[in-house]
Amino acid sequence: MSKYGIVVIFVALCIIMSIVSPAFRTMRNVTNVVRQVSIIGIVSMGVTFAIITGGIDLSSGSMIALISVVVASLSQNAVNPSQPLSFVIPIAFGIGVALVLGLLLGSVNGSLHAYGKIPPFIATLGMMTAARGAAALFTGGRPVGNLKDTFTYIGTGRIIGIPIPIWIYIIMGIIAHILLSRTKFGRHVFAIGGNEQAARICGINVEKTLVKVYAFAGLLTAVSAILLTARTSAGNPTYGVSYELDAIASTVIGGTSLSGGVGSIPFCVVGALIIGVLNNSMDLLSVNAYWQQIVKGVIIVVAVLIDARKQRRN
Amino acid sequence: MSVENVLEMRQVSKSFPGVKALKNVDFTVKKGTVHALMGENGAGKSTLMKILYGIYTPDEGEVIFKGSPYIVKSPIDAIKKGVSMIPQEISPVLNLTVASNVFLGKELTMGRGVKLINQKQMVQDTQTLFDELDIDIDPAVSMSKLSIANAQLVAIATAVSYNADLVIMDEPTSALTEKEIDKLYAIIRNLRDKKGLAVVYISHKLDEIFAICDEVTILRDGEYIGTDSIGNFTKERLISMMVGRSMKEFFHKEHADIGDVILEVKNLTLAKKFRDISFSLRKGEVLGVAGLMGAGRTELMEAIFGYRPAESGEIFLNGVQIQIKEPHDAIKNGIAFVTEDRKSTGIFPELSVKDNMVMPDIDNYLLRGLLDSKKINKDCQSQRTAIAIKTPSLEQLIKNLSGGNQQKVLISRWLLTTPEILILDEPTRGIDVGAKSEIHRLIGELAKMGKSIIMVSSEMPEILSMSDRIIVMHEGAYSGELLRDEATQEKILQLATGESL
Repeated sequence: MSKYGIVVIFVALCIIMSIVSPAFRTMRNVTNVVRQVSIIGIVSMGVTFAIITGGIDLSSGSMIALISVVVASLSQNAVNPSQPLSFVIPIAFGIGVALVLGLLLGSVNGSLHAYGKIPPFIATLGMMTAARGAAALFTGGRPVGNLKDTFTYIGTGRIIGIPIPIWIYIIMGIIAHILLSRTKFGRHVFAIGGNEQAARICGINVEKTLVKVYAFAGLLTAVSAILLTARTSAGNPTYGVSYELDAIASTVIGGTSLSGGVGSIPFCVVGALIIGVLNNSMDLLSVNAYWQQIVKGVIIVVAVLIDARKQRRN
Repeated sequence: MSVENVLEMRQVSKSFPGVKALKNVDFTVKKGTVHALMGENGAGKSTLMKILYGIYTPDEGEVIFKGSPYIVKSPIDAIKKGVSMIPQEISPVLNLTVASNVFLGKELTMGRGVKLINQKQMVQDTQTLFDELDIDIDPAVSMSKLSIANAQLVAIATAVSYNADLVIMDEPTSALTEKEIDKLYAIIRNLRDKKGLAVVYISHKLDEIFAICDEVTILRDGEYIGTDSIGNFTKERLISMMVGRSMKEFFHKEHADIGDVILEVKNLTLAKKFRDISFSLRKGEVLGVAGLMGAGRTELMEAIFGYRPAESGEIFLNGVQIQIKEPHDAIKNGIAFVTEDRKSTGIFPELSVKDNMVMPDIDNYLLRGLLDSKKINKDCQSQRTAIAIKTPSLEQLIKNLSGGNQQKVLISRWLLTTPEILILDEPTRGIDVGAKSEIHRLIGELAKMGKSIIMVSSEMPEILSMSDRIIVMHEGAYSGELLRDEATQEKILQLATGESL
């Protein structure tokens, strides 16, 4: 029961809202909520991996900003013939660069932690600050607009009536879930978070695995950055502020223990959906925006309190 | 009671779930003496001292201290009444000054209302204390600047500064050099003769006992064996009083054919842990590794397995030299390692029994890159039946199993890697008698199947009943080897305490 408690809360929340607000139960609203959730939801799956190893990733918000301006600048329409370069660059190139950049920045996080023996809190805090600066430097602080339609379609288009970001959220969710629960890598992630010394005794290369974990988190962050950029038709160095905190909140509400060794992707998705539905519900019920923040804060703390009590009982 | 006894513990008993740690133990310490408390690992020394220091309460018996009943519920109580203890591993606050460490928890303050720390007074008082004890350390320097030996001296001074009448010292010399030990002796004698302090001195080192102690009390298996003044002891008598246990209730390994040398270790050295260790292991052999705590046995095994590689030395497998830089190399070469401490280096508490089992051998359970749950279930299930692991299911989290069953899961983990060499470090520590004999039987069966086993154990009966051959270590050095037929508890203990046979 305690394991599925969060699912029960989610279902109850949806049922109550469906009764209270007719607007909530429309298909339009539901897809809207899930599409909004998808950006943070994808980031939070990478954060889940990091937290299961006993680490944390604070850099995702700023990395979104940096990757968004890079991918946007590689996906612009040609303004005049003197800009032939951007005309010939296929959007796949920009996307490829964005994904590689995510992997690279994540690997830097992971290497600082694993080989530099810096606590991940500090390593990713450094990345958080530096990536934000790099994003502003890259564009001179301005947003990057005028993007190709083929690119923005990723954020605005639909397939069988469902927005593309939701499809990508689903696909990424399946990949992350299989990776975590059904591969050697996933088992090693749990092993390191559960007992690092025992993991070493079992012949696991702890350092290499940690680098992969943070690289994967970086990759997912890049996917989110691409979706956000395409959705808003712009890259912007101010994007993603405090996304890392929402992602951590989703993970924690989804029952991933901050002390490591425990967690799952489906529950992380439920955690993200709870935050999404809560935001949406409070909007629909016209709750004051400041109150919304307070409510969210309380919910995060309560989720961790429950986790801490569970830990103590063991 | 006579005036000269500072402490009388009478008929003290203490039980823990499944074990009777102390059985009607008497312990009397005279004022102004250094009293050695001796016994093998698990004899009950620590339990007795923890009762004295207020960490445990006795189930039965009474304690008289300075002529009146002594009932303490915490170390703070004990300190107030005049008993203090220097633990085996001291843990000073490194960022504070020496004086602040001495006054930790009883800081001198000045002013009313907001009480400020009176650092100057604390430094002065510490200096006075040090002068009295003839300790030459500047009280104003940071604790982090001190050597381990000096930190030990500060700990002793701190213990004395509570105006203690009795100080317990648990292996106080484990981190000290010869010269520093002499200094420690001088301080102890000074305290004894000038202040009339009584010291309970716990040590495994016979030389020290003869050098500094006035009286000796011996415990064995939680029972009081005897007390006498040191003059009436010889080393031989001490050892025979510490051991001398009947062996019949223990499992005896069946005969297995012993083949050629499979593993050979030459001159393995890791500074400060062990040095110049050479031995060989034959196919089908159970090689016992005996020694006292801190002899470097675990560290040696960790080095062979590549967990903390040795700095120098060579390892040969079937006559071919192999390089083991990390555990993965050892596993690849067919070496398995069941570690000493299940909790810290063994189990993954939040993972299931089967996930715990397949972890080191996970490469063998992949089907097109994904875990092959069918094969995992099949192999784990057969292990579960083969060595009778009691668990409701393979999905059960390992933390919910008993210690003995956890240990069986860990042994299964390594059997799944189909090793040729198994290193078992304290394979039956902290598990119940039933599981213990099952594990002993399993070790015998594995040897019969031709596996080679290195078994580190601090339990004499286990070592004696299971080993074909025993090597003994003393303070990081190889101190001797005994064949099954010639080995006795006395001989092992003699080698383990650094005496020659």
